[in-house]
Amino acid sequence: MSDTKKHTLYPNKWVVLYADYLFNYAATRVDNSDLAKDLVQETFFSGIKGKDNFRGQASERTWLISILKRKIIDHYRKINSAKGKKEVRVSFYPDGDRKGSWIEECVPQTWGNEAEKAIENDELKDTLDKCIHNLPEKYRMVFLLKTVQNYETEEICNELDISSSNLWVIIHRARVQLRKCMEENWFKN
Amino acid sequence: MISCDEATTICDKNQYGEASAWDKFRLNFHLLLCKHCKAYSKQNLIITKMFGNYLDTTCDASKHLTSEEKKELEKNLNKKIN
Repeated sequence: MSDTKKHTLYPNKWVVLYADYLFNYAATRVDNSDLAKDLVQETFFSGIKGKDNFRGQASERTWLISILKRKIIDHYRKINSAKGKKEVRVSFYPDGDRKGSWIEECVPQTWGNEAEKAIENDELKDTLDKCIHNLPEKYRMVFLLKTVQNYETEEICNELDISSSNLWVIIHRARVQLRKCMEENWFKN
Repeated sequence: MISCDEATTICDKNQYGEASAWDKFRLNFHLLLCKHCKAYSKQNLIITKMFGNYLDTTCDASKHLTSEEKKELEKNLNKKIN
């Protein structure tokens, strides 16, 4: 029988060892520092409460991250079921004989050949963050889950209880708005 | 013939590798005829590339807790441990 090393928990070291790591993990995914802080604290509390459930096979950090991931998903669920007040801007005619066609004022402009090179630019990253932040919360959450956190479509649909066509409508609207925002704030000049 | 809204949706799906062969066929046909969607398609790819290493580049100094914040966390956590 193999002697697999079993991990132990040391809660009084958690803040020193993992607080920044967990905070960073949460902050890049919920786009809100205060919320991220709360989630880290809740993660530690859950860790204390559930420490008898720790089987010692994963490392302490991995275990804490899995608790944090769970809390982030729960947060997304809450956002998703909340009545959406803000909607994305419409870029295509929603009905009539031009249904599905680009609205004139919204058609993509030319970005020029320099566009690709801009990707390395730090300032562009700030503009991108701003544009992401301008998305309505529900759209931002789903978009980040899929694009940044690389969750599978099926996973997101199961967690948030939405259909895959629903998911793609959200992703599509988010991307169309993002593109427009980047065009207006970066690529046009 | 699919609409621009449908075409650009397929284009989005394609960024994640989730467009079917039939989707792609309809998209490419639409792109032959629609310069707006053709522009969207090029720009969509650039946007995808921007997110390529997004998580790595967001690890900056502002995403750390201050020592006061950590002290408070310690305090709250110790209450729970004991």
